Amino acid sequence: MLPEFNLLTPQTLAEALDMLAESAPDAVPLAGGTNLIVDLRDRRQCPAVLVNVAELAELRGIRQENGHVVMGGGTTIAEMLNDPLIAQHAPVLQDAARIFANPLVRHRATVAGNLVYGSPAANTPPPLLVLDAEVELASQAGVRRVPLDDFLVGVRETACRPAELLTAVRWPTPAQHSAAAFRKVGLRKSDAIAVLNVAVRVTQRADGVCEQTRIALGSVAPRVIRARAAEESLLGQPLTETAIAEAARLAAEATRCISDIRGSADYRRRVTEVLVRRLLTQVAGEVK
Amino acid sequence: MQPKVVTLNVNGRQHYVALMPNVTLLHALRDLGYTDVKSGCEKGDCGACAVLLNGAPVNSCLVLAWQADGAEIVTNVGLGTMDRPHVIQEAFADAGAAQCGYCTPGMVISAKALLDRCPHPTEAEIREAIAGNLCRCTGYGQIIEAVQLAAERMSEGSGE
Repeated sequence: MLPEFNLLTPQTLAEALDMLAESAPDAVPLAGGTNLIVDLRDRRQCPAVLVNVAELAELRGIRQENGHVVMGGGTTIAEMLNDPLIAQHAPVLQDAARIFANPLVRHRATVAGNLVYGSPAANTPPPLLVLDAEVELASQAGVRRVPLDDFLVGVRETACRPAELLTAVRWPTPAQHSAAAFRKVGLRKSDAIAVLNVAVRVTQRADGVCEQTRIALGSVAPRVIRARAAEESLLGQPLTETAIAEAARLAAEATRCISDIRGSADYRRRVTEVLVRRLLTQVAGEVK
Repeated sequence: MQPKVVTLNVNGRQHYVALMPNVTLLHALRDLGYTDVKSGCEKGDCGACAVLLNGAPVNSCLVLAWQADGAEIVTNVGLGTMDRPHVIQEAFADAGAAQCGYCTPGMVISAKALLDRCPHPTEAEIREAIAGNLCRCTGYGQIIEAVQLAAERMSEGSGE
């Protein structure tokens, strides 16, 4: 049995923002419910008001706009997985979507929900971080854009304020000579919370020199992190075995792992190094 | 908390039912008599409560009934009955894919969603499609055989 709450169903985004403002901070947006309904049931969250944003047209759709890919916050993981624009410009995001929970959950869970929930083990933040994504946060006061790297704060903690709604995620359309990869380690293939996950993206010049690197690590710190020292170590260098090994070592150093039911801190640190090395080696070969 | 009358279109039948906002689609359906929709974990792990919601396979335990207002819902019995089974249901029986039967309605729903978009699935695709449905008795071997059998029979035209 779920606790008592009022459920409001706005017809437009403006109406939804009014409802959230009116009842803040006791109002929470509800979309796919794959986290929220479970939390309500376990009494981990007991908001007085839920605002059902699942049907809002303003939160749907994936499009290109001024050199960016813009994805509505209400995009489900299943939609992301089947979208041709994402397949073309952000296959790394589909790699993360493909192993997201299970098909039944993927048809309900949204990208906004996955980000706002603030789990360090979430699947979409590592690929979105390496894509340099920003989130759009709407409220009665207007819309502000926040880099995802600033949006993620800690365990279940984000920069989203009460009465704000994450309406879209956007990132610059990646350059042709850029390649990315994602890998999750779980205790089983489906329905697994990540022991750790890693995403990388590399942009190389024709002569093989690295122009830009992004390395994002999940489940190895209170939030999904960028391994900045590792990224910088590769700048202006060809991606040799030695350079990659050094970057992988630096990435493992950036972690602040804990031991829990899914794995020990030591295991996470070691596997972070291995995965970063493998993924960088993989993309170094892919970049044309 | 106030009730609201919502319209649930279940297996082609329209129901107008007064429900509180905190009632999940799972319990609304069961209270309407659709007890083929099973209550398992109620947190999206087991898939026993799977239904098609506007054609998409979802866990009905994670949908509030108000969110399904006006939607088309198909449960296992909407596909076929004992007298007139769906080819997937028949294949489950023929392959011995049901033991206690608790997971079967959800498995059938996930299989239906798969075969709708992918009539000739590989074994890997079948495993992936039922990844959100837990079986705790027969194991998955016969269930996968059942889906393969259903796919064969459907492509032979003996199905719908």
